[in-house]
Amino acid sequence: MIDFSSFMTEVLQLLILLLAAPAFTGWVKTVKCRMQGRTYAGIFQPYRDIAKLFSKEVILAENASWIFRFTPYIVFGVTVLIGGIIPLVSIDLPLADTADVIALVMLFAIIRFFTALAGMDIGTAFGGMGSSREMTISSLAEPAMLMALFTASLGANSTSLTHMVQVMAHGQFILRPSLAFALLSYIMVHLTETGRIPVDNPATHLELTMIHEAMILEYSGRHLALIEWAGMMKLFIYSALGIAIFCPWGIAATDDPSGMLLGGVFLTCKLAAGGVILVLIETGLAKVRLFRLTEYLGSAFLFATLGMLSFFILE
Amino acid sequence: MAPFDIAVIALILMFAPVILAPCCAGSRSLAIHLSFTMTAAASIAAVIAGILAVQHGVNTTAIVDMGLPDLPFHLRLDPLAGFFLCVIGLLAFFVSIYSIGYVKGFSANRSIVRFVIFYSLFIVGMFLVVLADDAFFFLVAWELMAASSYFLVMYEDEKAENRRAAYLYLVIAHVGAIAILLSFGVMAGLANGFESFQGYTFASMRATTYPLGWATAAFFLSFFGFAAKAGVIPLHVWLPEAHPVAPSNVSALMSGVMLKASIYGIIRITFDFLKVYPWWWGGIVLSLGLVSAVLGVLYALMQHDLKRLLAYHSVENIGIILIGLGLAMLFTSFHLPVLAALALIAALYHTLNHAMFKGLLFMGAGAVLHATHERNMEEMGGLIHKMPWTAVFFLIGCVSIAALPPFNGFVSEWLTFQAFLLSPALHRPILSLLIPLGAALLALTGALAAACFVKAFGVTFLGHWRGHASIQAVKEVDWHMRIGMLLAAITCFSLGIFPTVVINWMDILAEKLVGGKIATTAGKFGWMWLTPYAHERASYSSFNVFIGILSVVLVTYLLLHAKRTAIRRVPAWDCGFARTTSRMQYNATSFSMPIRRIFGPLFHIREESEAIQPVRHPAYPEKLRYRLRVRDRFWTWLYEPIGNVAFFVARLVGNLQQGRIQVYLIYSFVTIIVLLVFLG
Repeated sequence: MIDFSSFMTEVLQLLILLLAAPAFTGWVKTVKCRMQGRTYAGIFQPYRDIAKLFSKEVILAENASWIFRFTPYIVFGVTVLIGGIIPLVSIDLPLADTADVIALVMLFAIIRFFTALAGMDIGTAFGGMGSSREMTISSLAEPAMLMALFTASLGANSTSLTHMVQVMAHGQFILRPSLAFALLSYIMVHLTETGRIPVDNPATHLELTMIHEAMILEYSGRHLALIEWAGMMKLFIYSALGIAIFCPWGIAATDDPSGMLLGGVFLTCKLAAGGVILVLIETGLAKVRLFRLTEYLGSAFLFATLGMLSFFILE
Repeated sequence: MAPFDIAVIALILMFAPVILAPCCAGSRSLAIHLSFTMTAAASIAAVIAGILAVQHGVNTTAIVDMGLPDLPFHLRLDPLAGFFLCVIGLLAFFVSIYSIGYVKGFSANRSIVRFVIFYSLFIVGMFLVVLADDAFFFLVAWELMAASSYFLVMYEDEKAENRRAAYLYLVIAHVGAIAILLSFGVMAGLANGFESFQGYTFASMRATTYPLGWATAAFFLSFFGFAAKAGVIPLHVWLPEAHPVAPSNVSALMSGVMLKASIYGIIRITFDFLKVYPWWWGGIVLSLGLVSAVLGVLYALMQHDLKRLLAYHSVENIGIILIGLGLAMLFTSFHLPVLAALALIAALYHTLNHAMFKGLLFMGAGAVLHATHERNMEEMGGLIHKMPWTAVFFLIGCVSIAALPPFNGFVSEWLTFQAFLLSPALHRPILSLLIPLGAALLALTGALAAACFVKAFGVTFLGHWRGHASIQAVKEVDWHMRIGMLLAAITCFSLGIFPTVVINWMDILAEKLVGGKIATTAGKFGWMWLTPYAHERASYSSFNVFIGILSVVLVTYLLLHAKRTAIRRVPAWDCGFARTTSRMQYNATSFSMPIRRIFGPLFHIREESEAIQPVRHPAYPEKLRYRLRVRDRFWTWLYEPIGNVAFFVARLVGNLQQGRIQVYLIYSFVTIIVLLVFLG
């Protein structure tokens, strides 16, 4: 059932993911610097960072076990797999049936599980702190995430991502208030899961506020490179997933080259706009205290639930 | 050989150690090897019988002329019994191999024979519970199971804590058993009148249609009884007391399969006997399942005793199974057999999965206990370096129970989610609205379970050793125990990778019980793709997930190691302060502190800290004492009032006991007069 052209689509998709993800992160950082009146090294700086880390030697803490050394690989592997499942430029992907949106959420959970374990492995207070916080926050974010995805899936009556995109992009256009709520909720969870302000600050190593950085504090060299690269892909994937679910117009339905080229152009524009929105949110908000996050994620959950209510009442 | 005959062989083999073990009591090693080899062989026979029974959809009955006059024992092997026989047998096989190593570690003054006898009787009891085909025999088997497990919980009876836990277990098990007995009474009476005993066979209960009122009474009585045994909140309090104090191989069996005997009972009575019921029954089961799942995992997070933590997770997982059953009941009452089949298969698959990974985790906890003589996680850490095998197996158990793909826990949770998302088919707006909220609670449960197992694995196996005793004495466990865990780990993995095969095998259960099948392998989608309901609806391929992750990891690893790479080992950075100590690590209590704070009102928390004298400066005490006690709210809400009332009544009744013979004679005299007046 897997023919050559759809196989090539899959390869192309993975290449886009691996190569464009650092550029997206670079774009977000550049826009953020412009907005905050700082200078920046351009959107290609993340490539140079990754290349530098790959060429550095690995320095490992004395009592690090195999969990610590294995985690970067599994984080990278799972991220690439997820990137192969979500539709970027075309929905004709052979891997697309591997997981529906629920399974996707749980695939992200693998990354979190192992990163948190790696944080506990060295036995420093920072690692444990990061793991504890990450697991706490994610356990509140996951219900909100699933609720947002459920609400989005109600219209297509399916949790299969290709099917959802197809109904949305190529079916009859219906204005759905439920989707607006789901989108709001999704953005809030997106900020949480990718460790952005107001939940976590990716740019800081300030001891008492960091979450994700605390878990990976002991990493160096190629291990850190893999984790950083996977982190960039995660930001890219969460943004692309949001685009696929809530704004898929322009995506190619088949694997013919011209349609995919068009899909690529659409994706680039949408991601660029998405990056600007992300920066606007990050610049406009302050980081929230850890124990106020309950309210933040609680409201994300509430929005998703309101979306579901409005689906059953209005649609 | 017919499956039923194999099941009988399994029973006989399983019973044999009860007679043989006392004969070779002289040689401890011989008794251990002989007995546990026989129980392992018996378990394999049970597994084969169960697999064949489900595969061929057999329905064999037999009558044994034992028991009371005119009340012979009835046995029956049908696919449902076969499935549970298979679940029990599979875990009993792993645990029997494991036990050879584990029981050797018991101190020399404990009687091995006593342990072996109750161990065999316990498994025989579970086998008979699922094979019994009349109310009388079912209750005999149920009591055999309860009583022998009571003695196993009491095995280390010199500790007051163990005696107290076992007593609590016995009380709640018997309160439940009375409710089950009453439920059978109602059904048997309606089946064949209250004058004769003919209604006591399951066949006649199955053939009867019940009026709604009586059916409701029978259902809720039996549900109460089975829920007490399964540890559904609020009847769960015995579980976190009894499971930790039992020997770990027994905890694995109790948590992994004994609780499932209750699930069997609920399914048997609901789907096989009563068959027709209003939707709100399913709603109640679903709500109780959700409450058990969420509160179970939250209480688990607060524990620092490894086995207690696992025991609370059993409460959670029983909740997840009940969620599936509740949904199946809802769909059945709205005449949606295919959706009911999906929910029922989800519940049964989780039953199988939970038996495997919880058995594995308890065996792992037992291995840690065996090596460190410690259950308290605050005294552990860094065991991955000393016990690499146990660490890998325990990690597989953690990944499975945290519902991460491609392992087995994820498959059944995913199926449950699918069942949840099909609830708009119920065409009741209020249900369509409320049921997806249940799905969100299930998501919360899954995420909290992941947090809990990061804590369990991270604190126990990673970081530095926190204990006061030296870690040098800690050694990896022997190969019997490792093989037991290895087999369970392989099963967890296989059940995760080949769900379509398993679901095809057990589809007949759904067909027999709710009259629907789920098409798992539709047309061009082969065994790799799990597509419950319809392909456009949702699909999942754990095989692809596994191969995908594996290949990317391999390629990345090979690319990065194409040229020789060196790794420099250095001490971890201590921020320039004096050397960090292992007490500075996050431990079990601090790991769950944010969750304790967020969900605080659900617990009964007492927290106090004080500076220890002498204090040179009030702002800088040298030593602090910190006390934290987190308790189940249900103790204070439910059990303490009941206990107080019981003592109050007992005191009132106690007034009758004057201790003087004259008074007692007067009592007898009055009683005789009253009897003569009223009956004469």
